[in-house]
Amino acid sequence: MLEISDLAVGFSREGRFARVIHDLSYSVERGETLGIVGESGSGKSVHALALLGLLPQPPGKVLGGRALFEGEDLLALPESRLRDLRGGRIGVVFQDPMTALNPVLTIGRQIAEPLIRHKGLSMRQALDRAAELLDLVGIRDARRRLPQFPHEFSGGMRQRVMIAIAISCEPALLIADEPTTALDVTVQGQILDLMAGLRERLGMTMIWITHDMGVVAGIADTIQVMYAGRIMERGPVEAVFASPRSAYTWGLLQSLPHGAHPPGGRLRQIPGQPPDMFNLPPGDPFAPRNPFATERCFKEAPPLRQVPGSVPGHVVAAWYDLPAALQAAP
Amino acid sequence: MTEPLLRVEDLRRTYRGRAGLFGGGLVTRAVNGVSFDVMPGETLGLVGESGSGKSTTGRLVMGLEEPDDGRVVFDGTDLTALSSARRKPFRRRMQIVFQDPYAALNPRMRVGDFVAEPLVVHGIAGSAAERREAVAGLFRTVGLDPAFMQRFPHEFSGGQRQRIGIARAIALRPQFLVADEPITALDVSIQAQIVNLFQDLQESMGLALLFIAHDLSMVRYLCTRVAVMLKGRIVETGPTAAVFQDARHPYTQALLSAVPIPDPLRERGRRRLPFDAGAFDFPPGAALRDIGGGHLVLEGASR
Amino acid sequence: MRTFLGALTRGSGWLGLIGILLITLLLLFAAFGPLLDLPDPTRTNLRARMAAPTISLFGVGPHPLGTDQLGRDILSRIVFGSRVTLAVAGAAVILGGIVGTLLGLVAGYFGGFLDRLLMRLADIQLAVPLMLLALMVIAALGPSLQNLVIVLALVSWVRYARIVRGQVLAVREREFVQSARAIGASAPRIILRHILPNVLTPAVVVATLELARVIVLEAGLSFLGLGVQPPFPSWGRMLAEGRTYIASAWWIITFPGIALMLTVLAVNLLGDWLRDHLDPRLKVR
Repeated sequence: MLEISDLAVGFSREGRFARVIHDLSYSVERGETLGIVGESGSGKSVHALALLGLLPQPPGKVLGGRALFEGEDLLALPESRLRDLRGGRIGVVFQDPMTALNPVLTIGRQIAEPLIRHKGLSMRQALDRAAELLDLVGIRDARRRLPQFPHEFSGGMRQRVMIAIAISCEPALLIADEPTTALDVTVQGQILDLMAGLRERLGMTMIWITHDMGVVAGIADTIQVMYAGRIMERGPVEAVFASPRSAYTWGLLQSLPHGAHPPGGRLRQIPGQPPDMFNLPPGDPFAPRNPFATERCFKEAPPLRQVPGSVPGHVVAAWYDLPAALQAAP
Repeated sequence: MTEPLLRVEDLRRTYRGRAGLFGGGLVTRAVNGVSFDVMPGETLGLVGESGSGKSTTGRLVMGLEEPDDGRVVFDGTDLTALSSARRKPFRRRMQIVFQDPYAALNPRMRVGDFVAEPLVVHGIAGSAAERREAVAGLFRTVGLDPAFMQRFPHEFSGGQRQRIGIARAIALRPQFLVADEPITALDVSIQAQIVNLFQDLQESMGLALLFIAHDLSMVRYLCTRVAVMLKGRIVETGPTAAVFQDARHPYTQALLSAVPIPDPLRERGRRRLPFDAGAFDFPPGAALRDIGGGHLVLEGASR
Repeated sequence: MRTFLGALTRGSGWLGLIGILLITLLLLFAAFGPLLDLPDPTRTNLRARMAAPTISLFGVGPHPLGTDQLGRDILSRIVFGSRVTLAVAGAAVILGGIVGTLLGLVAGYFGGFLDRLLMRLADIQLAVPLMLLALMVIAALGPSLQNLVIVLALVSWVRYARIVRGQVLAVREREFVQSARAIGASAPRIILRHILPNVLTPAVVVATLELARVIVLEAGLSFLGLGVQPPFPSWGRMLAEGRTYIASAWWIITFPGIALMLTVLAVNLLGDWLRDHLDPRLKVR
């Protein structure tokens, strides 16, 4: 459905230039939910913006690569065709529903707009459909809420509206960039349940970008862990969570608290700071923070390779063998 | 039994919205009758979602806002009754760490001066050389290179800034620290570093901690006791193990059921309990009732 | 320094560069003009009155920009006039800036009655036409350089106070200010150490834009005879005097007019550039 190959993105700031995405390649199958995990500087959001043609250029710059979506290269399409795709075949949900909604237009108008634009519905038909959509995303009394403005909705309700807009044209692919990060835990739970239900019903393919391992565990089929603009590890969630092979994935999982802490105990922390994109080390970018790094890690960036003995599709970029290194460590 | 270091009694704070065109501004009860104790050296987790009043409670405790009603008793002294001059000595003994490491540091001040400021304000560590030595010590305590003292905040990452904020907060060697969502804005790989630092400081300085958070798994890990806030009130409080294993209030139960677990096998099969905070009203005469072992639950008067 | 030059030459930065060049030139002229062996700007010479400019491709004559109706050298009067103009405008901007910034800090930080009082005062002052206010004060105090500075500062403080107050309201709520209160820092300390440095950037931008406005205002007052008093040369007075002879001796009014225009333009270019580029990393978010 979506096949990205050798995507490279750069960024300039104050006259300095940095590569923030390094030859990124991955594909998403029809009906699959891909969870992309990373923290600041991982490139997880930047690469999504680049795919959607929403990367501000400058300071950003797509340096190369292809992104085939249903046979079209997203990176080579003219802006007009991209506009047709966004909100049409590709739905998008962003982190902050407040800035993504226009404060002076009614909710009804904002849901109806893509329907009129992409599906050629009349305003009346579009508003009928908008009411159905609000109902679908779990907003009660949908008819009455159509003429209301964004400020009359709570944060969670606004994110539901954003989801309604994103799925309004029954997209084949939904890209969600930290859609629940700004929400309260209970609201996040509701949105996760809603999305899981919608995915089933509409048969959508999803890319879910987050920093939360717990969210990925619940919603994704495949997890892709990114660091400093590269994929560190990728595979079916069960396999990766059960036996992570990248020291970064392992470190992230280990650093999370499990239950009550034993007296005098400490969390297992990842040392060091997040990567400075303008000052990346040579080789594996995680090597300086990796206790298992070998000499080769500091010199040469490892390629993604199938993990021997694991399920097909479980790939890792590492020169070291994590299980062996863990066994050797005290 | 030891006396609590901090005792908060029936704290109340309302915000009056701007009056509308036809009068009658909206009154928000941000904090509505909150009471709790913090023992010396312990960690109390104050949990709630946005609008629960947990951060306002922290600010009231620190005297950054004045309560409408209620008392904040620190080591036997009611702080709310004190003038700001009489209150100043207590500021040495209680400090606060903020959520946003980007807003928490003065962008125009060298971080060394920023960490030294509490010492200057309270007239400790007289000469410049002594002060520099003290700040270098604080930098080492929080895991920063003292050579960074001369730099400005924009040269640091979020985690480093939070360490600087913590260094400033512990400069006066307080007995009590309010930590207002101190890890929420940090990268996942940095959160554990800061939580470990808090634990180190607690052990070495005997700090009592009011840990304000919405991340329940971290609260469960870090806190000895926990209080759950909803709409300005505490709905459930008690020893962490009791509250997490035997949650009684429907809101606590919903909150616990909503925390994502980083384990696909467990996370998949989980059912989240619904709870509509917007539609929830406290039953008339609701009061905290002890159900044993210091585990209190807010219940209506009828039961 | 490299990034500073980089910022200057990128995008619309070259406009700022022109502004800086012009201002530098002006300041050099004002500072070293008297060393140029120019004629005394106040010495009249009735035999050489209304002499045409003698600057040409073949060289510079005794009066490059001509002489006025009393035979005084116009170039010399422009150069010496720039000293007076810049000194008066600069002093007024600094005085108004200090007073306005302090009042804005106090109003924004303490709020309440003091804030309302100061802001209503500002409103009232903005409601009075500038020239009328200046006329009233000069009429009351009498015309002198010192009083001119006071008048110009008086019409200028309001803008600083308003901008600074608005910034203070934003900065006051930031966590490092809360932190300063939490350690028990005094109000003057919080204002001077934590708030002032973070509102200085907008105040400096206001200052450059004010400088341009004050220069024009000073010229206007001098034009009306209420500003710089004779025998000091001033651009405003030169314009006023040259007005009568605009048909017969165009140079008397044209050259001081160009000097005034270039100065104001340069200061405005600099101000706009400063507003767009002043150290974005330190911008109050």
